[in-house]
Amino acid sequence: MNQKCIIIGASHGGVNCAFALRKEGYQGSIDLIDADPNLPYHRPPLSKTFLNEDLPISQYSLWAEESYSSENINLHLGKRVLRILPESKTIVLDTGEILPYDQVVLATGAKAIMPSLPGIEEAKNLYTLRTAADVVAIKERLKSLQNPEIAIIGAGFIGLETAASLRKLGHPVSLYEREERILSRVAAQPTADYFSALHQAHGVQLFPGKTLSSVSETGNRVTMIFTDGSTKVADLAIFGIGVRPAVRLAQEAGLTTDSGILIDDHCQSSIADIYALGDCCSFIHPRYRRLVRIESVQNAVDQAKLIAKNIMGQSLSYEALPWFWSDQYDTKLQMVGINQGYDNLVVRRELDNDRKLSVWYFEGTRLLAVDAINNAKAYVLGTKYMKEDRLLDKELLANPEVPLSK
Amino acid sequence: MSQIIFITQNQERYELSAESGSLMELAKANRISGIDGDCGGVCSCATCHIHIHPDHFEQLPAASEIELEMLELEDNVSDTSRLACQVKVQDAPEGLIVTVAN
Ligand SMILES: Cc1cc2nc3c(=O)[nH]c(=O)nc-3n(C[C@H](O)[C@H](O)[C@H](O)COP(=O)(O)OP(=O)(O)OC[C@H]3O[C@@H](n4cnc5c(N)ncnc54)[C@H](O)[C@@H]3O)c2cc1C
Ligand code: FES
Repeated sequence: MNQKCIIIGASHGGVNCAFALRKEGYQGSIDLIDADPNLPYHRPPLSKTFLNEDLPISQYSLWAEESYSSENINLHLGKRVLRILPESKTIVLDTGEILPYDQVVLATGAKAIMPSLPGIEEAKNLYTLRTAADVVAIKERLKSLQNPEIAIIGAGFIGLETAASLRKLGHPVSLYEREERILSRVAAQPTADYFSALHQAHGVQLFPGKTLSSVSETGNRVTMIFTDGSTKVADLAIFGIGVRPAVRLAQEAGLTTDSGILIDDHCQSSIADIYALGDCCSFIHPRYRRLVRIESVQNAVDQAKLIAKNIMGQSLSYEALPWFWSDQYDTKLQMVGINQGYDNLVVRRELDNDRKLSVWYFEGTRLLAVDAINNAKAYVLGTKYMKEDRLLDKELLANPEVPLSK
Repeated sequence: MSQIIFITQNQERYELSAESGSLMELAKANRISGIDGDCGGVCSCATCHIHIHPDHFEQLPAASEIELEMLELEDNVSDTSRLACQVKVQDAPEGLIVTVAN
């Protein structure tokens, strides 16, 4: 009898899982469901070129529309899954449809957080940045103004990329961060210092150590009030303060969750025939032996491909080395590994180009991760060293006179 | 309008034509196996690795430093390796032949 696979969430993870299933020879039906009405698109450009160039979201599609029908993938857009019922092996959609399944893949991702602070509910002109619709709304607001002044709350990757994209358009941008420095959750001080200097050189007003306490509407503008009593009036405020993994469906279905949906090394959840991947799930990374939840295209795509193979009867364990990139102005940051738990760093500069920097994270002598800025060589070699568990001479590594070598 | 020929690892041959965009976008639009383009074409993932036919390689604008470094340790790298997202259709000589690396 023909199998039925249902994939919930049609973004980097879900879409790749559907195509990978076909590539692996899955003969059954594939239903790929997403609440977002747009043809599935690349998310990274949302804070980059989609924000500051005038192309429609269809330019950023993961696949052309015909590709789904050619691969016999039933794409359901603009429909939300309300429930997964593991006992009857069915799912319930907001359209009232009930679909039976043999396998379910949860690729529900994460939602941007809007803080619950006084005034937030009432105020207009506050935005998060996670979906194409979010960015379209931001662009419309920008177009309605002569000289829009923008406040960004949160100096993680989304906040920084958004600042860079809006500065490219020439708009004044003020960036507020609760912690004492930018990128505090994800990168060490040298990387943060590099990006602080870069943004300041491009005219971003950076305000670390500022915690938002409330907002209020002032005419058609918004006033932000910080805990130190200072205020900022802006035409719009964009929040980049993190995400919440979309785990409600999973919890209601009785799946074990932690910070995300808990999966084992086969990307299988706590209930048989239900898999999960990408931003919505947590797992113990075998290389690092810690529970992680990874927000990156690489992780969603690699887990998707592995799930497809496991559904087809293989028994593969997920052990991919995580990698990530961020583009800001003309600077490319590439990260590989997981830096949590590092206790010492090597900072490397290059003689040929002062725009290059690499930051090497170690736990004792063990290389955990690398941040490579405008330096793909450090990124690919760092990847190689980690895969080989190479023991590095830190003095040589820090010495710009000694080129990095295979 | 340029004609571009893709040859996959399974020796499938595709004769495509396009006016703009990158070779990666062209390959994706035609579902050519072995070109994933996971990063969307920003030289970050190396999942769009191709070999340019030796007769055509020199006719293309040179690769950037980042592109060369990204290719350096890829599987199947050759003297005429490129990342398809970094090669523009407009720059392709008529009848360009490329082989998908993976
Ligand atoms: C602005 C921005 C920039 C980024 N830049 C980078 C970058 O440069 N490099 C990088 O590696 N990563 C980047 N990321 C992260 C990357 O986009 C994510 O890690 C990736 O999208 C995760 O894919 P996913 O499939 O797990 O989940 P998501 O992309 O979050 O998709 C989940 C999908 O599930 C749908 N969904 C959820 N619940 C339901 C339901 N009940 N019913 C129906 N549909 C549902 C949602 O509508 C959504 O479309 C960026 C993210 C953002 C927001
Ligand atoms: S598409 Fe990612 S490097 Fe070409």
